[in-house]
Formats: sequence, C-alpha cells, structure tokens
Amino acid sequence: MAISKSRLSPAGTRGLGAMILGTTIACAAGLAFADEKVARGKYLVTTSGCNDCHTPWAPGPTGEPEPDWTRMLSGHPETVQLPPPPVLPAGPWAMTSAETNTAFSGPWGVSFTANLTPDEETGLGRWTLRNFVDTIRSGRHLGRGRVILPPMPIPMYKHFTDEDLEAIFAYLKSIPPVRNQVPEPWPPAAAVTALQ
Amino acid sequence: MNSIRVRWVLLCVLIVAAPSAVADPLPDELRDAGLYIDGAFGVVRPELHSFSPQYQLWSDGAIKRRWIELPPGSAIDGADPAAWEFPPGTRLWKEFSFDRPIETRLIERLADGSWRFAVYVWDEQGGSARLAPVTGIRALPVPTAPNGRYEIPSEYDCRACHEGARVPVLGFSALQLSPDRDPLALRAAPPSPGELNLPELVARGLLRDYPPALLVPAPRIGAASPIERAVLGYLHANCGHCHGAPDPNGASVPVATLLAQDPSDPEARAKVVSSLLRAPTRFRPPGLDDPRAVVPGRPEESVLVLRMRSRHPLMQMPPLGTAIPDLEALALIERWIKYELNP
Repeated sequence: MAISKSRLSPAGTRGLGAMILGTTIACAAGLAFADEKVARGKYLVTTSGCNDCHTPWAPGPTGEPEPDWTRMLSGHPETVQLPPPPVLPAGPWAMTSAETNTAFSGPWGVSFTANLTPDEETGLGRWTLRNFVDTIRSGRHLGRGRVILPPMPIPMYKHFTDEDLEAIFAYLKSIPPVRNQVPEPWPPAAAVTALQ
Repeated sequence: MNSIRVRWVLLCVLIVAAPSAVADPLPDELRDAGLYIDGAFGVVRPELHSFSPQYQLWSDGAIKRRWIELPPGSAIDGADPAAWEFPPGTRLWKEFSFDRPIETRLIERLADGSWRFAVYVWDEQGGSARLAPVTGIRALPVPTAPNGRYEIPSEYDCRACHEGARVPVLGFSALQLSPDRDPLALRAAPPSPGELNLPELVARGLLRDYPPALLVPAPRIGAASPIERAVLGYLHANCGHCHGAPDPNGASVPVATLLAQDPSDPEARAKVVSSLLRAPTRFRPPGLDDPRAVVPGRPEESVLVLRMRSRHPLMQMPPLGTAIPDLEALALIERWIKYELNP
C-alpha cells in the first residue's frame, strides 16, 4: 500500500493544533460531564434508599445484618430459595420480610427486589434509559408490563426529574455487573390455585 | 461589535417569531374536538376516513369504531412497510361501546413529531363526552360492561401499549388493511362500504412510497395453515406492539418472544414460531422447571395460554387494557397448540 506524504504549512499546522486542542477539550468536558452525572446518580441512589432493599443483607462481623456490598444492588439472590410466606393472623400486621431484606410478603403476594446491576442477561444490561424512565413514571415493569409491587416507592420516585432519573441510570450502568436471576413475583396463593 | 449586537437582535426576533411547538390544549368537550361536524354531535366529519383492522384488539367484547384524519395534501410515508411514518397533524379516533358509547380515544401527532393521547368519556344519555383526567378512571360504573365496571386508561396506560411499537399507530398498517382478509380472524366483519383499505390508500395518494411488490399480491400473515394464520394474526395484533422489533427510540421492551410480523420479511412466520417454542420465559408456573411460551401438543403447559387465561395483575397477558380473558382466542390457540404443533 502506497503512503503519500504531505507537508502542512505553518498556518495549517496551527489550524490542526487548534482542532486537536478543541477536540481534546470537548472530550475532556464530555467526560467530566459524564463523571458528574454518574456521581449525581450515585448520590441519589445512596440517599434514596435503593440499597436498603436491592442490596442483600447478610450477618456482619457482629452478627447484625448489614448490606453485602459484594452483591451491591443485585436484588434478591437467586440462591436463596424461600419457603411459602408465613400466614399472618388477622390484625394490623400486613407484611413480612426475608432476612436478606430482598423479598416481601403481603396482600399482593411475594415481591422480590430487582437486579439493578448492568448484567446483560439478568440485570439492566439491555435496558435503555427510556425503559428505565418509563418504569419509574408508570409503575409498570419496563413501562409496559406488570405493575411494580410494594414496597417499591413508585408513588414517590415517579416525581424524580428526568435529569435525576438519567443520572441514576448512568450510575447503575456504571457499577459492576452481578449475574443474578431474580425470580418473578409470586401471586397470592388464591390466584395460583386458580391457575392450576 | 455592532454587527454582533445586530445578530443577537435578529436571533431574538427569530426566536420570538418562530411558531410555537407547544400544541393547543385539547377542548374539554368531544363536540369541540374535531371529530364531528360543528353543531351535529355524533355526525362524523366527511373528511375523516373510517377503517377496520382485520385482526382486532381484544377489548373485553367492546364494539369499536375507528377513524383517521390526515392533514390536507399530506400522505403517509410507507417506505418501511412495517413502520409507516404518519405526517404531523395525523389524528386517529376510536370509539368503544357496550350497548352505548363509553369512551372515544384520540391519538394525535403534533408538529414536533411527538404524539399525544387523550380520552373522552361519554355521559349515560349519549349527549356529550368530556375529556378524562390524565390519570384515567379506575372503575367507571357501566352496567353493560363485564363485571359492571369499565376502566378508562390513564395517559401512561395509552403510552404503555402504543409507544412500545415502532410506530404508535396500532391497527392501521399494511397487514391490518390488506384486502386479503383472513376469513378465520376472530370477530372479523367484512369492511363496511367506504372504509379504507391498502389499495385505496395508495390509489388516493394517501400512502406514498409503499413497495409495489407488497401490494400485489396483498400482504398477509405468514402461516403454515388457515388456523395458524388466524392465531398468528391475533398475536400480531394483540401482542406485537410490545413483542416486536426494537424501535430506534429505545422505548420497546427487550423481550425474546417476537410476535409481530413484518410483511416484507419472508422469514416472519419462522421467527415468530421459533421464538414461541424456544425463547425462555421468566414466568414460572407451578411445577414447570423450564417453561416455554408454547409447548407443542400441551396447551396446559404453555405459558402463552396460562397467562392469556389469567386476569391476575401479576400474571395476565396482555398486562393491561382487559379485565376478562378472550375465551374464543384461547380456544383457537389451544387448538393450534394441541393439534397443529403436535410433533
């Protein structure tokens, strides 16, 4: 393959230099903006309590339950097979929680917290920003499917601004992926019986 | 310096003088919304075109009427036969009745290319219809509707179904308006006189750049038998807007089960059937370790059937827009799974 040689004039050299400098500054500004967005998203995820339910709890050094950061935001662990939920007596108590704080039983059935890591198969890997925003705004899975169940605070989170949701999504896409297939929610026992 | 100042002034003048991209708010009353002739409530303007898709969306047995209005002199761009591009100003209306009109829905494409969705709710006497709240109405008492209640969709409900597809207009497409009507399509009636179909759209210049090769022969749902044609046509119309090809805006659902058919794709049938038989499903019915949407010969183990039969909000398919299962469709699909797919 022939390689042609050319020589730039001093003005051309200055122009090329300006172009490279401009591109570098623009790239750096873009990266800084992206970093800011991720940092903002991390702040929102941390202060909005996402880890409380989406990061499994495990006994810490003192035996007290604490978030297991090796599985940060990966949802209900697929390895934790749960028995049927306890049947509560009539009265004011309405909800029970698994020891991982990732599964909840109530009148709606049993809900499992989602894998929010960017794992391609089991997390948000294939989700688009639009899928994420539609989910939070509508309270439906992917904005189009089944309803998102308690205790996910959709009624409050749907008031996040578009910028907040974009930042949260950018952060969630930046964290380490964890392969963990969260089960689908269990309908109430009566509904399952009707299915059989 | 002066020239910079002049440019700023010019820019400001341009910005102020530019036509607003914000659409006018919709009128509170259907009588003022452009569907009917002024002063003649219920009489549809002659400029509108009525149409009926050959595969109908299940709406719990509601009787539906539909109209489309294109801006004068405009046309639909049909270059992509699976995703028509509608001109700004397009409006589609759909009236739902249970013995009397209950609601009339509107989809409108705005000047900036976005779509807006609205619903008008009729009074019991049928003398007027008012704009519904964007949050919808959870349980409107309608004695003639199933269970005596009727759900008016919220704006998000409208968007949930319509915006999952590549084009938010559902039911007005090459396959749905094909003159090659499926005689086994559920609840299908022959088009009424004057209703639009695909050849008329082209002949009247309302559809441009549509591939002639997909006009003759007329497009049809790919299928291996008449029963399968009706089944896959039903799934295309009722499920394909979410279970379809990805849209460029990232709004579609990343699911493995594909139920929409592209009339220009000779492999459309194979892709749909293959995904029904092979695509994994996250839904785990009791006692099934490796469930599939369709298990040949065994409708009772097919997730498609189980979810279509359920109306529990965690299980039902479609996930919204219907309160009772479509028993006729279930019978047809079970027959297809049991006898036609049985190896």
